[in-house]
Amino acid sequence: MARTRLLAAIHDAVVEEMARDEKVIVYGEDVELSIVGDLRGVRERFGRGRIRNTPISETTLTGMSVGLAAAGYRPVVQMMFSNFLYTGMDAIGNQMSKLRLMTGGQVSLPITVIATCGGGSANAAQHSDTPYAMLMNLGGLNVAVPATPADAKGLVKTAIRSPNPCFVFEPNGRGGELGDVPDGEHLVPFGKAALRRAGDDVTVVAIGRMLKPSLAAASALEAEGVSAEVIDPRTLVPFDYDAVLSSVEKTGRLVVVDEARECCSAASQVAAVVSDRGFSLLKGPVRRVTTPNVAMPYAPGAEAHVIPGEERIAGAIRSLAEVRA
Amino acid sequence: MDRDEALRLYESMVLIRRVEERLRDDSAAGKLPGAVHLYIGEEAVATGVCAHLTDRDYATSTHRGHGHFLAKGGDVRAMMAEIRGKREGICRGMGGSMHVADLSKGILGANGIVGAGLSIACGAAFGAQLDGSGRVAVCFFGDGAANQGALMETLNVSALWRLPLVFVCEHNGFAEFTPAAQVTAGRIADRARAFGIPAEEFDGNDVTEVWRAAGNAIRRAREGGGPSFLEARTYRIQGHFEAESFVLGGGSYRGAEEIEEWRSRDPIARFRTWILSSGPADKAALDRIEATVGDRVTEAIAYAEAGELADPGLAETLMFAPEPAPEPESVPGEV
Repeated sequence: MARTRLLAAIHDAVVEEMARDEKVIVYGEDVELSIVGDLRGVRERFGRGRIRNTPISETTLTGMSVGLAAAGYRPVVQMMFSNFLYTGMDAIGNQMSKLRLMTGGQVSLPITVIATCGGGSANAAQHSDTPYAMLMNLGGLNVAVPATPADAKGLVKTAIRSPNPCFVFEPNGRGGELGDVPDGEHLVPFGKAALRRAGDDVTVVAIGRMLKPSLAAASALEAEGVSAEVIDPRTLVPFDYDAVLSSVEKTGRLVVVDEARECCSAASQVAAVVSDRGFSLLKGPVRRVTTPNVAMPYAPGAEAHVIPGEERIAGAIRSLAEVRA
Repeated sequence: MDRDEALRLYESMVLIRRVEERLRDDSAAGKLPGAVHLYIGEEAVATGVCAHLTDRDYATSTHRGHGHFLAKGGDVRAMMAEIRGKREGICRGMGGSMHVADLSKGILGANGIVGAGLSIACGAAFGAQLDGSGRVAVCFFGDGAANQGALMETLNVSALWRLPLVFVCEHNGFAEFTPAAQVTAGRIADRARAFGIPAEEFDGNDVTEVWRAAGNAIRRAREGGGPSFLEARTYRIQGHFEAESFVLGGGSYRGAEEIEEWRSRDPIARFRTWILSSGPADKAALDRIEATVGDRVTEAIAYAEAGELADPGLAETLMFAPEPAPEPESVPGEV
């Protein structure tokens, strides 16, 4: 185990995979200097044949990855802020998520797209979105939401080795956080949730950046005699519904915490599936704690008001814990 | 152009034409499940360009993609079965007319999104350059696609990186149902010249011109000379798609005289006249090709008609490629 910052863990994952497979190449805006901080030193080690700055041309960044995949490469596209996915959306929505089906299975698209997501840094509305729900809805994309350095490393490595398009969302503002990362080869499988805190009364599914405030809320509620179990799904596509359902079997109560906007959020999907498959297990309604359907405001107080925080999460858990069977 | 090459080009153009005449008739007869966008009148472009490509090279195509598929060596039987939604189709009935593709032949797919092939071809060209293999990528697109921002982006990055990419703009006069003059400012080829990319405009209904210009551009790309831009002036004889009268609601966007005027410049008839007058082959040789192609098309239709309907449950199995076996995770104690 080594104490590693989240951005460094992503760096290590990319570098290890580049060393392992010469078909792994990296490109994006400002990647050679690595303004995001996850690719420092990669150009010096591998050269411009393996990592390259691109123009600010997101339509082409995402589209090129499809052509590179067809030519036998495993592109890693660093998109910086996930809002920029919107600009590059044709290749995502019409090409990489559909080409395998459209060609009758002829194509594999081993594409990894990395972007930061979420607010909390006063980056304002166009640099703070959490847009994974639109990707989940496309059907042909894997979506990973690491919340710890170990998962960031393991999920990026799994993404790069996957024959399918994978989106990995770096939690905004958490790049400097330290965590233990196992030594040596460390891969985290897709579709396998992690239990972050065991509890008996309420299951809390905490997505990505929401893990930290959810754990804080669970901890605070302990003093009130409420025992919350916190599950980190780690990937949204595929999603480990079995892990959530077996926890709900024990607790009978579910809160889903998601920084995405409420309407059609990942939380909405989890709530729908659990209500469908686990209705008889539930002692009360499934509560979603999300950002309301607003654009992210700039002023720090206004931003903190809309992003789910410890207090709002604790309120949802408490309200469910009060529901008796 | 020697005799063999002339006959090869002639055969390719006639094959595309005969196939599409059948698709036109079958569409009118209600025999096709979906829409078809036909390339009749534009055969010289795909044929003259693809004559210089091998299966190792890449091509991206458009919604009007049957001609590119066939000219690049795609199988006519598998294409006809695809358009009929059969499991013998090249895409197992999952793609249809607008998405015919054969990755084993570098045919990266017809594409229903106007201009989408530009960035895909750019990526394939980047891969070819990194390989150092001498492969090239060709992007076919129309004058309508030239108004997508993707053109500016890909002209820029391909010029900067000197990618082995050939832009082939098939200027057929219409962006769907709108004449080019209403939606396209300036000369399209000038857009490439602004990036320092060699650009050539020529008669796209003269296959000898297409063949000559494409030969130069593809050679330059193979030799590391970077991208080129070809603007082939041609004309779409058929509508945007077959049965367009149903959506036009009695309206029209062009006159019958204009269509007739372009029919008189038919690329196949012109090439036939050229072959016979400049002597690389005689009438009997051309007639033999016509007969052989006719038989191939008849056989392909029979094959497609006899095929089984596509597997309705296939879609659910095709969204993801099988993932490699998961590695054991090194952190114990998780769910």
